[in-house]
Amino acid sequence: MQPFTTLTGVAAPLPLANVDTDKIIPARFLKTIKRSGLGVHLFDTLRFDETGAERPDFVLNQEPYRHAEILIAHENFGCGSSREHAPWALLDFGIRCVIAPDFADIFHTNTFKNGILPIKLPREICDQLMDDAKLGGNARITVDLAAQEVVRPNGERIKFEIDPFRKHLLLNGLDDIGQTLQHTPAIDDYEARQRAEKSWMPDISVG
Amino acid sequence: MARTLFDKVWDAHVVERLPDGTCVLYIDRHLVHEVTSPQAFEGLRMAGRKLRRPDAHIAVVDHNVATSDRRLPIAEPESRLQVETLEANVAEFGMPYFPLLDERQGIVHIIGPEQGLSLPGMTIVCGDSHTSTHGAMGALAFGIGTSEVEHVMATQTLLQRPAKNFLVEVNGALPVGCTAKDIVLAIIGKIGTAGGTGYVIEYAGDTIRALDMAGRMTVCNMSIEGGARAGMIAPDDVTFDYVRGKPFAPKGEALDRAIDYWKTLPADPGAVYDKHLAIDATTLAPMVTWGTNPEAVIAITGTVPNPAAEADEGKRAQLERMCEYMALTPGQKIADLPIDVVFIGSCTNGRIEDIRAAAAIAKGRHVAPGVRALVVAGSGLVKAQAESEGLDKILLDAGFEWREPGCSMCLGMNPDKLTPGQRSASTSNRNFEGRQGPGGRTHLVSPAMAAAAAVTGRLVDVREMN
Ligand code: SF4
Repeated sequence: MQPFTTLTGVAAPLPLANVDTDKIIPARFLKTIKRSGLGVHLFDTLRFDETGAERPDFVLNQEPYRHAEILIAHENFGCGSSREHAPWALLDFGIRCVIAPDFADIFHTNTFKNGILPIKLPREICDQLMDDAKLGGNARITVDLAAQEVVRPNGERIKFEIDPFRKHLLLNGLDDIGQTLQHTPAIDDYEARQRAEKSWMPDISVG
Repeated sequence: MARTLFDKVWDAHVVERLPDGTCVLYIDRHLVHEVTSPQAFEGLRMAGRKLRRPDAHIAVVDHNVATSDRRLPIAEPESRLQVETLEANVAEFGMPYFPLLDERQGIVHIIGPEQGLSLPGMTIVCGDSHTSTHGAMGALAFGIGTSEVEHVMATQTLLQRPAKNFLVEVNGALPVGCTAKDIVLAIIGKIGTAGGTGYVIEYAGDTIRALDMAGRMTVCNMSIEGGARAGMIAPDDVTFDYVRGKPFAPKGEALDRAIDYWKTLPADPGAVYDKHLAIDATTLAPMVTWGTNPEAVIAITGTVPNPAAEADEGKRAQLERMCEYMALTPGQKIADLPIDVVFIGSCTNGRIEDIRAAAAIAKGRHVAPGVRALVVAGSGLVKAQAESEGLDKILLDAGFEWREPGCSMCLGMNPDKLTPGQRSASTSNRNFEGRQGPGGRTHLVSPAMAAAAAVTGRLVDVREMN
């Protein structure tokens, strides 16, 4: 996984609440067996009309937001399904950070696993950043993960909270599995204990 | 300290608590389907890793499969590739699998409980948000992303932080015409699509206790639509009776020991919950969603809300967009709205009890002219059971389609789709824009309400059908 340290880039304003995963990537694009290549379908229904032509009023179809690396949205971003295709599509498009008042749980977990930083900030601050983002290409926003700060175009620094464990993994580009495998002896012990205490629990084998 | 049901199941699965509070949580069961697993298997392969414990997984194909004749190859090349990829992966990694032509094939959340693979007190995960369904067994069951799927495959654990406890109590006799679906839609209408974010919901109260397992699964299934990753119901005699005799469930003396343990799981007296909601079931009516998320729900006797009455600008814009997308006018009566398609099935309402409810309405009636009505059993065994009861005959005689098991029109990923502008009455769980096919307009209802819509050609109060 690519480490996340600092990011300075164009932020796209998406002033919508409850952006669900079907909106981020509709089910018909989930037939892939790869992680890459989904960026072209990101926000497909919002971005393209029935004929496949771009909808000019959608933010990611406008300059400079075609090159956005940060997305700013309203409440409950990423609600709906568990599909990791949602963060994969964002990442493939080039988005490495989403800022919103809050996120749906599964989506929130999924972003971290893909080196995307989800930042929770109060609605008023998101609205300020949204206004900054509307200024376009000259108004770049910086995200500094080590310092846990978002820097507005006017230089104002805004602190954000993040789980220390997630921060550590993200800063160093570490994958969870490697971390967890360090606990293998404890998992072995747990399993042995469980087999003794819950011996009623059947193993699965299909004939 | 007094603990909740969630606390007990959680505590029993903590392998290790890290200094910052993150836990290495042991996972008893992992359910796998074709859409969210290929990248996880690929990850294992690239890292040279194996399944830590093959006997804790079960794989099945459900999302992509056509619900027409199963002996024919899957026509759509990408869908076929995903199915073939799963088949190659389960063979390579030694994962137990129910093939497409096996009678036990079905929607992953239907077959878990049906096979006795999902049991009380377990931790159960799947790369699918409706894994919350299995919480009806008294298990902690939640959806995960593909990276977590890979994590479970490699380590049989997940890195998790404990959720908060949310108690939803439903009391009182359920009025005639109301079902588990109406209960859960009413709950989501109250808490909103994010009301459960960060929580595990425990459903309790005498109305929930009185539900059969199918109804309990319907309720837990939709927990995620209220933002809660998991929903749970304390196991009781209804649960134990359900488990008894299921193919993979413990038998004889092992079952007795299991039940002794399961009886310790319900919350201790005085257990503390972080959030509460009380619902008086006697006030409920059959529910129907009008908008494009499950929170946008009203009684069938209700009217489309007026966005202008919403003070928050963002919410107002969202409600306006819903009216536009759904082609509805504020203040319009929801009853009598003409529909084009009826879908009865999905992991929410694809069990035998749901098909019985639909057949009871269909019997002696006929699908309205111009309406397409699909009935899709949740599994091969549900389908066989329905056929042995003659329900297929009743439905076919009434002009319904009787199809092979799978996710079907729940998600617009296989050939069963709405076309742009079509309006459906659907027993599934999501009414997002385009969920059942691009431009499709979904109204979520119970199976009886869906069948009533099929035979009248419009959204109708099932209590008027006698
Ligand atoms: S029936 Fe629908 S909600 Fe359930 S698993 Fe299939 S696609 Fe997901």
